[in-house]
Amino acid sequence: MSEPVLSVRGVRKRFDTLIAVADVDLDVGRGEKLGIIGPNGSGKTTLINCITGVLRPERGRIIFEGVDVSRMPTYRRARAGIARSFQIPRPFVGMSVVENLLVPLDYVESKEEGVARAHAILASVGLQSRAGDPAESLSHLELRKLELARALAAAPRLLIADEVMAGLSEPEIDEMLDILFELNALGVTIIMIEHIMHAITRFSERLVCMETGRIIANGKPQDVARDPEVRRVYFGK
Amino acid sequence: MSSWRFGFGALAVVAAGAALPHLVSNSYVFYAGFITLQYVIVATAWNILGGYAGYVNFGAGAFVGLGIYSAVFLFKAIAAPLWLQVLGAAAAGGLLGLGMGYLTLRIQGVFFSIATLALTIVLNTIVVNWSFIGGARGATVLAPAPVWFPSIVSYVFFATLVLAVITVAVARWIERSWVWRGLAALRANEQAAECCGTPTLKLKLFAATVSGALIATAGAPYPYYASYVEPGSAFGLTIALNALAMPLIGGTRSWIGPVIGALLLSSIEQAATVTIPTEVNLLIVGLVLIGFVVAAPDGLLGLFARRQNQGARA
Repeated sequence: MSEPVLSVRGVRKRFDTLIAVADVDLDVGRGEKLGIIGPNGSGKTTLINCITGVLRPERGRIIFEGVDVSRMPTYRRARAGIARSFQIPRPFVGMSVVENLLVPLDYVESKEEGVARAHAILASVGLQSRAGDPAESLSHLELRKLELARALAAAPRLLIADEVMAGLSEPEIDEMLDILFELNALGVTIIMIEHIMHAITRFSERLVCMETGRIIANGKPQDVARDPEVRRVYFGK
Repeated sequence: MSSWRFGFGALAVVAAGAALPHLVSNSYVFYAGFITLQYVIVATAWNILGGYAGYVNFGAGAFVGLGIYSAVFLFKAIAAPLWLQVLGAAAAGGLLGLGMGYLTLRIQGVFFSIATLALTIVLNTIVVNWSFIGGARGATVLAPAPVWFPSIVSYVFFATLVLAVITVAVARWIERSWVWRGLAALRANEQAAECCGTPTLKLKLFAATVSGALIATAGAPYPYYASYVEPGSAFGLTIALNALAMPLIGGTRSWIGPVIGALLLSSIEQAATVTIPTEVNLLIVGLVLIGFVVAAPDGLLGLFARRQNQGARA
C-alpha cells in the first residue's frame, strides 16, 4: 500500500454496554478503493461516524494526511478533505439542487467560481437539468446522486460512500459505480460501505469485513469472500 | 431587489419618517406607527434564528423586556440619551442571546423552545426583585423634550423607524450571504450541514446573538414612549406569541415575510383595539395563526409562490 491517507489507530466507541467499535486499526492508501462489509450492527457506520467526527470515540486516534484529526470538529474534518454521503439521503430541503452544492462550496470557492463549479459537478453526475429544482422534488436515484455531488463539492481527498446504492435498480447501480470509478480516477480515495456484494466486490481493490465492532478479515475481495469466518457471520455458512 | 435599490428605498423611508412629524399633527399616527415598527423589528429579528435556522425561540418577551429595562437602568443610572439606551439594550440582548445559545443550542427541537420560554420567567423575577429599576411597582421615565421633533412620541417613532430599517437591512444581508445558506442547511439537517463544512454551533450562536441584540433594541425606546413601565407588561407572553406568529403569517424564508406579517398583525390589532375590547387581541392573534398554519403553512410568501407555480403550469 502507498503511504496511507487515513490511519485509524485503536478506535473504540461504546454505547452504554454495547461496544460498537472495538479497538479498530485500519489504514487506507492514497487513491485506494476500499470496501467495508459486515452485517447490520457490525459497526461500519459507527466507524465512519468516528472518522468524520459525527461521533467522538472513547479512545484511539484518527490520522488524516499525517494530521491527527481526532479532536477536530466535524466541519473542520470536512474542510480538511474528508467527505461522506449518508445511508438515507439528507438533502437540504427548502433549497434548490444547485444551492445544496453551494453549502460546501461556500468554504472552498469564491461566490462566482462556486456557482460555476456547482454546475460542473451536477453535470458530472447527470443532474444538470435539475439544478434549479427544489431538492425535495428529486427521485431516489437523483437524491443519491445529489448526496454524492454535495460530497464532491467539498473538494474531498477522501470520500466515504455509505450505502449509496441501497434501493437502486441494476442499471442505476451501474450508473452510480461509473461515477465512483470516475471520481477515483481523478485521485479521490474512496471508502465504500455496501450490502450489495456484487457491486462492492466489483468496485473495491481491498475489502474489510466487520463483525461486532471488530475487523475480522482484510484483503483482496475474492480472498475475503472465501474467508470461513466471513462466510460464517456474513453469508450464514 | 438590488442592493442599490434597497439602499435608496431605506434612505427614502428614513427621510419620510423624519419629515412626517412636521407634516402630521395627529399623535395617534405616531403611537400606532411605533407599535407597528416595534413589531417589524421583533418579527424580522426573531426570524433570523427562528426562521432561517429553524430554532423556535419562545423567549422574545424576555429580550424585549431586557431591552426595556436596560434603557430604564441607563436612564436612571446616568440619564443616558435614547441612542445610548438603544446601544446598551443591543449589547445586553446580544449577550443574553449568546449566553442562551451557548447553554441551549446544543439542545434541538422542542427542548430548546421550552428552555427559551423559561428565560422570560427568570428575567421577570429578577426585575421584580430589583428596586433600582422600579421592582414590582414599575418605573417612571420622564424623557427630556426632543430637540428637533415636535413631541417625544414622534421622536420615539423616528428612532424606532431607523432601528426597523437597520434590522431589515441586517436580515437582508444575512439572507444574501453564505450565512443564510449555512443556517438553512442546519435547519434542514444539522449533521449533514456539519459534514459539508458548516460550523453549525458557531452559526447558531451568531444567529442567537444578532437576533437577541435586535429584538432587545425594539424594547429600548418603549420607556420614552410609555413614560411608565412595569414588569408584567414588559415581559408579557403576548410578545412571544406575536414574535412567532408574524413570520409564520408572512413567511419565514425571506426578510420581507416577517415585515408583511408584522404590518398585517399590527393592523388587525390596531383595528381590534379601537373597535372591541383589547383582551380579545390575543384571541385574534391565535385565530389568525391557526388559520395560516392550516391554509398557508409557508405564510403569505409561500401561498403566493404556490399560486404562481400553479399559474405557470396551467
